[in-house]
Amino acid sequence: MSVDRATVHRIAKLARIAITEEEAERLEKELSGILDWVAQLDEIDTKDVEPMTRVVAMTMRQRKDEVTDGDCAKDILKNAPSTDDGYFVVPKIVE
Amino acid sequence: MAKLTDLTLAEAREGLKTKRFSATELAQAHLDAIEAANAALNAFNLVTPEHALDMAKASDARLKKGEAGALEGIPLGIKDLFATRGFRTTACSHILDGFTPTYESTVTGNLWREGAVMLGKLNNDEFAMGSSNETSYYGPVVSPWRRKGSDAKLIPGGSSGGSSAAVAARLCMGATATDTGGSIRQPAAVTGTVGIKPTYGRCSRWGIVAFASSLDQAGPIARDVRDAAILLKAMASHDPKDTTSVDAPVPDYEAAVGKGVKGLTIGIPKEYRVDGMAPEIEALWQQGVEWLKAQGAKIKEVSLKHTKYALPSYYIVAPAEASSNLARYDGVRYGLRMPGSDVTSMYENTRSAGFGAEVKRRILIGTYVLSHGYYDAYYLKAQKLRTLIKRDFDEAFKEVDAILTPTTPSPAFAIGEKTGDPLEMYLNDIFTVTVNMAGLPGMSVPAGLSSEGTPLGLQLIGKPFDEETLFRVGRAIEEAAGPSARPRDWWSRAA
Repeated sequence: MSVDRATVHRIAKLARIAITEEEAERLEKELSGILDWVAQLDEIDTKDVEPMTRVVAMTMRQRKDEVTDGDCAKDILKNAPSTDDGYFVVPKIVE
Repeated sequence: MAKLTDLTLAEAREGLKTKRFSATELAQAHLDAIEAANAALNAFNLVTPEHALDMAKASDARLKKGEAGALEGIPLGIKDLFATRGFRTTACSHILDGFTPTYESTVTGNLWREGAVMLGKLNNDEFAMGSSNETSYYGPVVSPWRRKGSDAKLIPGGSSGGSSAAVAARLCMGATATDTGGSIRQPAAVTGTVGIKPTYGRCSRWGIVAFASSLDQAGPIARDVRDAAILLKAMASHDPKDTTSVDAPVPDYEAAVGKGVKGLTIGIPKEYRVDGMAPEIEALWQQGVEWLKAQGAKIKEVSLKHTKYALPSYYIVAPAEASSNLARYDGVRYGLRMPGSDVTSMYENTRSAGFGAEVKRRILIGTYVLSHGYYDAYYLKAQKLRTLIKRDFDEAFKEVDAILTPTTPSPAFAIGEKTGDPLEMYLNDIFTVTVNMAGLPGMSVPAGLSSEGTPLGLQLIGKPFDEETLFRVGRAIEEAAGPSARPRDWWSRAA
């Protein structure tokens, strides 16, 4: 179970990380190494095992359906690299 | 009088109460220590002296009025993974450049409510991904410990390496830390400090930069077991803002310290005797067994037969959840932005420049295992393995009250020694990661020195929400091991 160069580029595209050909070469080896190593899990038959979802059974409490937050547009925009008139600014998306 | 920075947290609490010194003096003593040490150790990536002294002054006022909280005037360091209102919080990643939260994490908020004083933010592996604190954008942390007859720079463990180094070097009385696969216990072990990762759900994760949400837990690193108990009590709470935090009262952990181990049964998992385990680690483990036996505990061998699958399944679950959590860093709402010809290339360039190599590696592994057609074969499979790992523990805990293992397979290695092969680095977590996979509480206690003269730790694993037993057994080991060695001060400018 190995990852080839094209797959490295495909997942980097999915993850929205630009990578150089040099990085892709290194990642091809590293990712294959890690995935080959995790393949040992196939030794264990888990057909009838439920996936783990919690440490101890506990019921989640529901809160009242009411507004608990808001009126903090300034706080939300405070760390943005670029804003204009209460909006986040990004490169043009629609022509 | 001993130096103020040499006091334990419990001793300082007493000194403040009896007015032997003020919170301001205590804070200043630690700020001076940081000032003298940080250039050499790089433990803090942000020091907040004015804020510390303001908080200390307020503590002094409350102490005077008799309104002291449980941590009144105690100077702490905060791992840079915890959001601190008005103070830069970056998870030690370039991508969070300059991020200054407008909110406070629940855990740190709990500490300030009890009167603790913030000295600054502590260095860590980028997004807590690492076992040596070498992946930080702010550079590696250097351990205050050195090998006998060598001045090679050693790692302080990771990811909470700033926390462990700062506590070991007496730059703060205690520190917050987080643990996803061993990031509290492993750094504690290699620096001769005490670290506890409580049960998943004991501390709120709200306001902590997320790495792998089903594994992340906050906990303290402290000078001794009692100090860790005092800190955990203050950090833990039920928090409606984190639906996975448990709605149960927080016990008085400090009351458990000193209760002894008579009548307890301690399990020794045979699967932890891994091939190639250093003989001195094996000997230390046996020493731990003898200590507990001598104090009246019963010892029983237990089997945790899926142990060897914990690390490979962790390296599916953690990267998968990380790839999802780290999708938010897109250069739009906070942190770094790199220009691009369109919005997609802006995302790609930002994430390429903003994330370090280890973080990229894990995001890509995570993206791969969650990509179309692979979910069942990887993530679901790993979550099923977690059920089996948890079941092993459930069975063992029918017969024993706690489990004793080594914390790490080796003492601290040198900076740069293990950066070549990611898999080799991952093996550092072999004894700690099962505990995260099962969501259980785990603690590392100093138990002696290696042949190189550097610290080694023993790990205790407990039943869900039974941290109290860990504090009991931890204290027994601490007592038997005797006064712990401390590193010789080579790092202070005045030294």
